[in-house]
Amino acid sequence: MNNVEVTAKKKREPLFHITKRSAIDWKVSIGIRAVAILGALVFMTIVFLFLSDENPFVLYKSMFEGVFGNSMRTWILFSNTAILLGISLALTPAFKMKFWNCGGEGQVIIASLVSAMLMFFVGDSVSYPVLVVLMLVSSLAIGAIWALIPAIFKSKWNTNETLFTLMMNYIAIQCVTYFLKVFGNAQGNQEPMPQFALPKIFGDRYFLNILLIAVICILMFVYLRYSKHGYEISVVGESERTAKYVGINVSKVIIRTMIISGALCGLVGFLLVANGSCAITTTITGGRGFTAILVSWLAKFNPVYMVLTSFLVIFLQQGTSYMGDIYRLDTSMADIFIGVVLLFIIGCEFFINYKINFKKPSKENKEVAK
Amino acid sequence: MKKILALVLCLVMVLGFAACGTTNNEDKTLGMSESPLAIPALTVDYELPEDFKIGFICLHDESSTYDLNFINAVLRYQEATGLKNDQVIIKRNIEETEKCYEAAVELVNQGCNIVFANSFGHEPFIAQAAAEYPDVQFCHATGVTAADKGLANFHNAFASIYQGRYLAGLAAGLKLNEMIAEGKITADKAKMGYVGAYTYAEVISGYTSFYLGAKSVCPTVTMDVQFTGSWYDVEAEKNAALNLMSKDCVLISQHADSMGAPGACEENGVPNVSYNGSTYEACPETFIVSSAINWAPYYNYITKCYAEGKDIDTNWCGGIAEGSVVLTGINQDVAAEGTLAAVNDAIAKFKAGTLNVFDTANWTVGDKTLTNEDNANIKDGYFHESEAISAPSFDLRIDGITLLNEKY
Repeated sequence: MNNVEVTAKKKREPLFHITKRSAIDWKVSIGIRAVAILGALVFMTIVFLFLSDENPFVLYKSMFEGVFGNSMRTWILFSNTAILLGISLALTPAFKMKFWNCGGEGQVIIASLVSAMLMFFVGDSVSYPVLVVLMLVSSLAIGAIWALIPAIFKSKWNTNETLFTLMMNYIAIQCVTYFLKVFGNAQGNQEPMPQFALPKIFGDRYFLNILLIAVICILMFVYLRYSKHGYEISVVGESERTAKYVGINVSKVIIRTMIISGALCGLVGFLLVANGSCAITTTITGGRGFTAILVSWLAKFNPVYMVLTSFLVIFLQQGTSYMGDIYRLDTSMADIFIGVVLLFIIGCEFFINYKINFKKPSKENKEVAK
Repeated sequence: MKKILALVLCLVMVLGFAACGTTNNEDKTLGMSESPLAIPALTVDYELPEDFKIGFICLHDESSTYDLNFINAVLRYQEATGLKNDQVIIKRNIEETEKCYEAAVELVNQGCNIVFANSFGHEPFIAQAAAEYPDVQFCHATGVTAADKGLANFHNAFASIYQGRYLAGLAAGLKLNEMIAEGKITADKAKMGYVGAYTYAEVISGYTSFYLGAKSVCPTVTMDVQFTGSWYDVEAEKNAALNLMSKDCVLISQHADSMGAPGACEENGVPNVSYNGSTYEACPETFIVSSAINWAPYYNYITKCYAEGKDIDTNWCGGIAEGSVVLTGINQDVAAEGTLAAVNDAIAKFKAGTLNVFDTANWTVGDKTLTNEDNANIKDGYFHESEAISAPSFDLRIDGITLLNEKY
């Protein structure tokens, strides 16, 4: 009888079962992520072996050269990391509140447009410091307004903020296309106006981006973690009903947070023009408004982790593009590489949140049964 | 029973495919002709130092026919010169922003002696880098400001592609004549469609020379032009081509870089004159001919100047003689009979200098033949294209061509 029961139990028991982890040791979580990155590299090594004539390890080495090979590359790496981090930080307070602001792209672009237009139309008629202040203030304001519109609709009529902010992106891009016809040259481009650029610090323009965004990163961390506003954002994000119950004005929090979010995007837009191309194009953000969503999510909305995730994304982009150019790989190879690495990293979250319990050896089973 | 049925079905399918295979083989008849204006081999009669490096900046990657044309020329140039991969650096997907300046400086840092950029919007950023690195030569295709900037190391280049477009237009005109002769259309219905990117001189000069080529053999031809406002937009180009077809255009050509327009032509069986390279593989039923700029002679020229320590021309415009203007072969399954001979004849006239594309006798604006008083570039009875600066400058709206939208 006993024996029959044991065999029946053995048959029923699956190979493994999954349980949610209540807490995880930080060493284990780092270990899991390391294994994920290693897994991605092994996977890509196999892909490279099949699809390219080069030795995969030579390719990996060239990635590092493309990023750290000389001081300019490294400056560009950190400056681009700062810009991406800036947009990610801007989106984060909205995300924490579970307000899915997918409009970073548009908020940055519209601020860039306003900065470039100010350069073009009033650059020659006001003094340089006035122009810079004007550009900065207007960029922050227009970014905030661009974010405020969906926020008002959300808080008053509960419209879907994801669709609304996405649509605002297209409006911003079309505004650029339209205004380039008004003040661009015959070919539809704006002539850059480097005479109105921000002053260079240490001989180039990269340092300012890094410095400004580093300060904002610290401020954002403090704001979200230690301020009353930050607490209200978390409560609204957890549950709007709870927020209402404890007397938080949800509409006010949504609107206030989106103004901050949009204004920060506006600041990045200002930097892209005044400390970058000194002109506007429709591709000025290069999709970074969308990449920032991923960066913010990957970092679990923590500004400190976000430094790492934005660094990882830019490192991969810059390294793989250099590798592709040097070894004449198809440009999609770089995209595949980035995609695989990010997929493995996102995938490994599963193993951080859940534990896999394998079936115990049958001997133990018998003992338990007895 | 079921098994037998399945077997029968299988047999039907296999036989069906076999039947398709044989008919396909029978359909293939003439295929592509020899190219009347083929890509010539490069003459490398100079010695380069061991550490010579050249860098190329491209707006997109190989998926754009425009950039592919540049990249293919780089590969031909590299093969002819025997330079190694680390001496010829190609940077792709470089936007027309400060990223272009960064890419140029990066190439200088990598030791390049010459930096070349391929897109119009790259120009101010290349000029900026040129001002900072006077020891490096910066060459920019399609640009217009090198003469004004006055930098010794910054140069513009183009090709007299309007001649190639004229030849392609000639093939189109002969196809229209064939349609008229076969009774498919009447002479007054000989209307072509043209998908253009923007309303600036490069495009206007291109479609006008294409139209004049067709008009030289088919006097009743008219043309509608639709603009897309983008150099690369598959959907917009496809929709523009479909719109032109709906307006009774019986032949389509394009000046934009995606497969949108040629693809739409193949789907609808409308003959297509392509640009930048052959689309024969993808569109064997409708492709007639394609003109393209061959950039390899220019790469060779600037390299030779560097090797021999000579100055590079501030404005360089390559023509048929330099091998800068090339044609693909003619698809004899689609093109009218005698096209190859007629094209060869026109090429001979170009070489002899007896044929001017923009001869004022062949076109009017508002029913009026223009003179030097109307436009400073008109002298000796023709519009002097690409002479003052290398980039195209013909931007007159001539009679016979209707612009459907001018918003770009």
